[in-house]
Amino acid sequence: MAKAGDKSGSRGKKGLKRKATAEEPQEAAAAEDGAPESGVQLPKAAAFPPGFSISEIKNKQRRHLMFTRWKQQQRKEKLAIKKKLKKEREALGDKAPPKPIPKTIDNQRVYDETVVDPNDEEVAYDETTDEFASYFNRQTSPKILITTSDRPHGRTVRLCEQLSTVIPNSHVYYRRGLALKKIIPQCISRDFTDLIVINEDRKTPNGLILSHLPNGPTAHFKMSSVRLRKEIKRRGKDPTEHIPEIILNNFTTRLGHSVGRMFASLFPHNPQFIGRQVATFHNQRDYIFFRFHRYIFKSEKKVGIQELGPRFTLKLRSLQKGTFDSKYGEYEWVHKPREMDTSRRKFHL
Amino acid sequence: MQSDDVIWDTLGNKQFCSFKIRTKTQSFCRNEYSLTGLCNRSSCPLANSQYATIKEEKGQCYLYMKVIERAAFPRSLWERVRLRKNYEKALEQIDENLIYWPRFVRHKCKQRFTKITQCLIRIRKLTLKRQRKLVPLSKKVERREKRREEKALIAAQLDNATEKELLERLKQDTYGDIYNFPIHAFDKALEQQEAESDSSDSEEKDDDDEEDVGKREFVEDDEVEESDVSDFEDMDKLDASSDEDQDDKSSIEEEEKSLDTRHKGKTPLKGPLRRKRA
Repeated sequence: MAKAGDKSGSRGKKGLKRKATAEEPQEAAAAEDGAPESGVQLPKAAAFPPGFSISEIKNKQRRHLMFTRWKQQQRKEKLAIKKKLKKEREALGDKAPPKPIPKTIDNQRVYDETVVDPNDEEVAYDETTDEFASYFNRQTSPKILITTSDRPHGRTVRLCEQLSTVIPNSHVYYRRGLALKKIIPQCISRDFTDLIVINEDRKTPNGLILSHLPNGPTAHFKMSSVRLRKEIKRRGKDPTEHIPEIILNNFTTRLGHSVGRMFASLFPHNPQFIGRQVATFHNQRDYIFFRFHRYIFKSEKKVGIQELGPRFTLKLRSLQKGTFDSKYGEYEWVHKPREMDTSRRKFHL
Repeated sequence: MQSDDVIWDTLGNKQFCSFKIRTKTQSFCRNEYSLTGLCNRSSCPLANSQYATIKEEKGQCYLYMKVIERAAFPRSLWERVRLRKNYEKALEQIDENLIYWPRFVRHKCKQRFTKITQCLIRIRKLTLKRQRKLVPLSKKVERREKRREEKALIAAQLDNATEKELLERLKQDTYGDIYNFPIHAFDKALEQQEAESDSSDSEEKDDDDEEDVGKREFVEDDEVEESDVSDFEDMDKLDASSDEDQDDKSSIEEEEKSLDTRHKGKTPLKGPLRRKRA
């Protein structure tokens, strides 16, 4: 009895090993082969009923054992498949089919109908008539006012200072409890083109409001991963007064396009290449990474970059049509987490 | 029968009063009708049958009065008078209502009223100023966004992207004449230089052989300076180097060597110098 039980138990174990692949036919085969294969075995004594899964074993240790065994089996099979494929590729040599492209989130991105086509006339027309047209026509040159929320702490103040070295023609002013709605008309009268407000929470900067002044759009960002200059490893010396170049990466949709233009309008239009400084705004999956580098061309095909300057990540929270007015403003786009964050493959910028 | 002294004797000192709060130095009265907030014989609303207070409701100040005649009617114990909005007129109102009342109560009522009006003024001023809006953060959402940001950072490969973009711009000639890189043009120029210098060298060498036999000269060291821009400076000099005795190719080699030496001899085992990813 015990012996038979053991045998069937061991048989059952082996049967379980090939769990995923054809469990039931295996059981049936085992049942059929029961008599001829191991004569001592009880026929049709399938130790586990078909449709049995490892997770139904009540004993934790045994269940764990079964699972690890199954996992090892899976891994072996996977490795075998890979080896086989590799051999086939080598055998074919040049005639091998091209390697399949791995799927990434960026590859699988949900098709967004607002993606800008570079030749789109409507977009081109919009761009010539929007609020940044005067900047892109070289009629106005940017003048930026950088300020913070009330009572900033050291980190925020230092970030403001460093930002003002990065952005040419920018001035830092202390907030001192003034209302933004009162600051804005004053700025307009003094010919400022943009207003940057860095919001602070618990001694760290966590928000950025970028407002284009005469009556331009206001973008509200969530700022994270702020690194000041001294926290950046392997950085270069402080940036000089040269006007940097700008790189805007991956701003594909209409919304992304307008945000990209907002960033571009912060910097004067005539970068000084002698300075070899470049500010990068790279959008990846709706996160905008800001970096400031100094580059040097070592050869025609190689360039070395050295990071200066602060770095931070922005995530767009809302885009408002007029200047800053949280209550009565007309919002072009607001980030609603419950609706917009449901799909992992859908991005808006 | 209402006897204030007995009440005070019991509540004030000897036994428990539920409105009383004791601290190390002071005791306070938590009763809502208390005139001052302290626990005293003269300011205990329970131990005084004739008592008055000022209370504020929704921006309106009221004068509450209690007299011993109504002690038997708890429902109508407190008489309420609405005070005027004008400060002076309200003070006059208090005076006229509390005429013939003890000095202490009158005085304290006026003081309390003053304090309350000052608070109300302050509230009105503050509402005009900007009010900080507290936005609640959901921990789950914050964690999710942080995680996604990290993954996006890895997927972005920022350094690569920046380098690629810069090389693109170099190719498309946005930098103009600053960098003399384009290798095809460079090679052509090189060949030209070689041709010229070969012909000129051969002429010069004959002369030099005759002249240099016994001559002492002080020749400069061939090291390249350590600044970054020196590469370009040397390259500029190369075009005008036909007078020097150097071969153009050797100068390039020296530059490469100096570049290598600048990396302090620490060439990594795995091939050319690589930048570490941030």
